[in-house]
Amino acid sequence: MRCLKCQNSAVITLQHGALCRNHFLSYFEEKVFKTIQKYQMISRDDRICIATSGGKDSLTVLYLTRKYLEKNNIPKETLLALAIDEGIDNYRQTTLEDLKKFCQEHDVPLQIVSNKEEFGHTLDEAYPIVNKDSNKKPCNICGVWRRYLLNKHARKHGATKVVTGHNLDDEAQAVIMNIFKANTKLSANLGPVSGVKEHDLFVQRVKPLYFCSEKETRLYTVLMEFQVDFTECPYASEGFRAHVRDMLNDFEHKYKGTKQGIINSFLAILPLLKEQAQEYGEIKRCVKCEEPANNEICNACKIKEALQHG
Amino acid sequence: MNITVHFEKEQTTKDILLTGTSVNDLLEQLKINPETVLVVRNKEVITEDEILSENDNLQILSVISGG
Repeated sequence: MRCLKCQNSAVITLQHGALCRNHFLSYFEEKVFKTIQKYQMISRDDRICIATSGGKDSLTVLYLTRKYLEKNNIPKETLLALAIDEGIDNYRQTTLEDLKKFCQEHDVPLQIVSNKEEFGHTLDEAYPIVNKDSNKKPCNICGVWRRYLLNKHARKHGATKVVTGHNLDDEAQAVIMNIFKANTKLSANLGPVSGVKEHDLFVQRVKPLYFCSEKETRLYTVLMEFQVDFTECPYASEGFRAHVRDMLNDFEHKYKGTKQGIINSFLAILPLLKEQAQEYGEIKRCVKCEEPANNEICNACKIKEALQHG
Repeated sequence: MNITVHFEKEQTTKDILLTGTSVNDLLEQLKINPETVLVVRNKEVITEDEILSENDNLQILSVISGG
């Protein structure tokens, strides 16, 4: 296959045609920069914290956010990479090593926060105890703790935005998962700029890779020669998400544009979901930790309590 | 034709007797969804319609990572 723009050998076939290495890199970067601009994800006065793990998505978003700041003469001195060490054996240590090296090379300070230090347990230790009574999957615990720590530490840093590496596949999966489980309320928090209401305790999360597929993102890291070792979370196959992911990939293979179609449809109804979500009640402060919560006790502290009783 | 394939995810290398001619044929034979991988030959990423040659050495990189 030849590039539709220059006739060189193509590296990917997209819906609108095939692209060579150089044209793909320009296409990908332009798409990310346009997303940042369209949704006003980054402004001159923002202090930015990038949620990182050392995987392909977070390294890409870290690199491109930094490039965007440079391109637009926005000061990058306040940029901080924030990583959560969940405490998953034979997994996170590898990606964190890649991340440390990457941050050093690109001159971005890195802060690593661990579940063990914050909650007294690694995910490996917490999961069997919490699962015994609640039947919670590791991804449920991991997701709650990760969001809690990212928000808390980004706020401590004085961040006004948390940039995450969520891509088109992640978002399409989340939309479908919420539909399958009738979680309309959760869907209102999705979108390129997350959150429903502005709140002092919440740092707004933005997703510059929102319109980039997982395949495009991996290709970008390969062509840019970022050091990304293949690692898959040992718990990934246990999750509901893995089933939805496989289903969507099957659909995408048979019917090109499925994932983009899901996102376009979702974006068309998102304003209505956000409007409806305004009625869901005020955000409270957790009585245990004083972090934001929907109920009297936040979900992170509920898991902590389950560990104490288990 | 005979080709050698290194699988990144499994960290294994296998000699494969390919019954078809293209990357698409190979992925179909291996029951791999093209949406989930990138195929590399001589350090260059190639598209699914690419025709393979005897004794080609390929790498199959997984697109899916993380949790």
